[in-house]
Amino acid sequence: MADLVNLTINGRAIQAPAGTLVIDAAKKAGIEIPAFCYYEGYSLQAACRMCLVEVEKMPKLQAACTLPVGEGMVVRTESAPVVKTRKSMLEFLLANHPLDCPVCDKGGECELQDMSFRYGVGESRFTEMKHHVDEKQWSPVVFYDGPRCILCYRCVRVCNEGMGVGALGIINRGEQSLITPNAEDHLDCDECGMCIDICPVGALTSGTYRYRTRPWEMKHVGSICAFCSDGCKTTLGVRGHEIIRGNNRDRSGINGEFLCMKGRYAFDFIEHPARLTSPLMKVNGKFEEVSWSKALEAAAKKFAEVKSRGGKFGIAGSTKTTNEENFYLQKFAREGLGTNNIDHHRSGDVVALVDALDGRADALAAMADVYTMTASLVIGSDLAQEHPLIAFQLRANNRHHHGNTYAVTKGPVREDKYAAASVRCEEGKELEAVEGLREQLSKEKELLVVFGDAIKGEAVGKLVAFGDSLGIPVKYICLVDYSNSRGAMDMGLLPDLGPGYVPVDNPGMTLPEMMAARDLDVLWVVGANPLARHELGSSGAFVVAQEMFLTETAKRADIVLPASAAYEKSGTVTNVTGECQKLHAAGRTMGTKPDLEILGLIAKGMGLNLGIWSSSNVFEEIRKSVRGYNIPLPIIATGQAAQTNPLSGRVRVTPRPDLIQSAGNTLFTSGSLGRYSKKLTSVLEHPGQLYRP
Amino acid sequence: MTFSPELEAKLEKLMNSYPPGRKKSALIPMLMFTQDEVGSITPELVEEVARRIGIPTVQVDEVVTYYSMLHRKPMGKHHVQVCTNISCLLWDGDELYEHACKKLGIGHKEVTADGEFSLEEVECMGACSWAPAIQVNYDFHHHVTKEKLDEIIDSLKKLR
Repeated sequence: MADLVNLTINGRAIQAPAGTLVIDAAKKAGIEIPAFCYYEGYSLQAACRMCLVEVEKMPKLQAACTLPVGEGMVVRTESAPVVKTRKSMLEFLLANHPLDCPVCDKGGECELQDMSFRYGVGESRFTEMKHHVDEKQWSPVVFYDGPRCILCYRCVRVCNEGMGVGALGIINRGEQSLITPNAEDHLDCDECGMCIDICPVGALTSGTYRYRTRPWEMKHVGSICAFCSDGCKTTLGVRGHEIIRGNNRDRSGINGEFLCMKGRYAFDFIEHPARLTSPLMKVNGKFEEVSWSKALEAAAKKFAEVKSRGGKFGIAGSTKTTNEENFYLQKFAREGLGTNNIDHHRSGDVVALVDALDGRADALAAMADVYTMTASLVIGSDLAQEHPLIAFQLRANNRHHHGNTYAVTKGPVREDKYAAASVRCEEGKELEAVEGLREQLSKEKELLVVFGDAIKGEAVGKLVAFGDSLGIPVKYICLVDYSNSRGAMDMGLLPDLGPGYVPVDNPGMTLPEMMAARDLDVLWVVGANPLARHELGSSGAFVVAQEMFLTETAKRADIVLPASAAYEKSGTVTNVTGECQKLHAAGRTMGTKPDLEILGLIAKGMGLNLGIWSSSNVFEEIRKSVRGYNIPLPIIATGQAAQTNPLSGRVRVTPRPDLIQSAGNTLFTSGSLGRYSKKLTSVLEHPGQLYRP
Repeated sequence: MTFSPELEAKLEKLMNSYPPGRKKSALIPMLMFTQDEVGSITPELVEEVARRIGIPTVQVDEVVTYYSMLHRKPMGKHHVQVCTNISCLLWDGDELYEHACKKLGIGHKEVTADGEFSLEEVECMGACSWAPAIQVNYDFHHHVTKEKLDEIIDSLKKLR
């Protein structure tokens, strides 16, 4: 604990650790010092001069955002000179500001409006013409309105320091200053939109949201991003049943202030013109739109018929559906249809890790560990592309705690810039490269190991043995691709393991085996697209697909049931680090149903009793029966992340590294789903160099 | 982009003059030295400097557009800078600047047709004690009068 310093702010005696900035010490004591440019976690700028305070024995007003507390310091934040200066500063900031609040996106949630309201003078002495520049579009999603900018440098800093991209700068000087993009007239960057979130005014605006509505006309629904497995919270702005924007102004998720392009803009797949809104049945080789009751009845009848004659089912679950849906699906398969032929597309060998750790519950890392652990080893993944939150937290760790990062990858990665060591190695040689770092790694106090699909099967056990041999505490993250890839495994969408990695008797067929089988009677695909990668061996198989779009798999189906998207559902998902979080339905698309309801209705049609198909009921069942999911309800209910832990001894399974293949998504691709986001594809149509490091 | 051996040696010395992790400090001197040789800050030069220092080009642009002594177009062989900031103004620096305009037949940041001279009205250059002051390239001239200005320019003309 740092030494405490005594000081007085507005007559109140306050203690703060040495090195604390006056603005933070005041905030902690409940005294607000207004500021624009100061932003916790980023470098100090002292550009806006809003935080000027009076300090006894100092000749001039001091910027509270750069002044550390001192013993015996006497600070006044509301004295006459301070109040007068603040009014003048706001007058300066508004000198060139267009005051177009009635049409500005930020109107109603603008820091400049709030400050003018609270501290402003209400009039201006400037009679000069305002300096104007035209609005510019820098990318499909980023627009810049120069006159509104107050030059706080927040966007420049978040892009440099937070993202490690450095796509923004400020050119010219004085009132001529302008924010500028890195590629002359446009941005060559991650398109994360962090600059838009962090902008205190309406200078940077979002391509999906600008001029479409007012903040107070929307309902703000916090849910979990539907794309990668990092589990970022995105706040969806909803008007009626339409999602207008995604952002992260509320910063309450495990992602802190971070959100990438997918969470912020790619919700637009929901309203893609190709979205299925009616059940389809194949009649004479052609799809016909049918009613829900007819389609469900046909599916239930077929399932019952095949079950009664002892036919062969194959069931492919999803890495994007909720835990409740996945749990109910495997229950349907095992109890309802009497088969273990259930699997999903596996992108990381979590099973092997669970096995290798042999019940050591403290060896599975949480997302918070990425930010706090003193050293990290990244193996075989380009995190900035595939897991942008983990990459962001590693950078923040390095910036704030000087955490050491070691990267063992095939090609160059963004971590190279600050890594303690970067090692290039061919695929399959990762463990040897890691061995080469032994001396350096064993000198660390603790280590976080983040590994992609390069380490799978027996290699996972070898990696854990390497970790054990270092003699320091080691935690692991096994990277997986999609929003509920981890949950799909935890919930037992596996032919040999039930929920909680409990081995089943009579293991069923794996996904490739189902696809190759020539005698499969029914292929039931819930939210997956196996036909994009595999041929279907059984030409006579009856295919039922629950899908949002007419994917390769849905096209081959005999019955297509249009499913709701993750942003239209309730339920929970589990991220790459095993944190379980609740989805909140934001939008609604007429004609679609959540997968859980579809499962329940088919079960009902077959006369099966698999329990009530409401997400809260199924979640209760998961909490009671799935190992590691007995998590506190208040944490889930209040929108926080609850840590699950499925570890309990060894998992006796045959390693199947051949089944594990990450899709290797970039920032702008996300398997089949990504193809239906116009915002994601529009960026790909105009590629820049930074997209790959 | 490569520079003359002399400049390369100078740049190498420069890059090694700062503590580890502070390479960015070399930015302004590197821009000034290379501008002297190249004639102006061209887009290629911006990229080269960014590459050598290891920063994005936009961060070089920030500096180039901020400092008035960094020019994106070539200036004259003799770049005449006249201060009209307070101390020099009190000693008729503004009249001196007007005189220079007439004498050279050009205005602020303009270049004579023969490329020999360019003129710039500059802010304080730290020579207040000897106001009014002018600077020609890197050379200072103190207590400058109109007559003295004529002499300086005429002597430079004879150098050609």
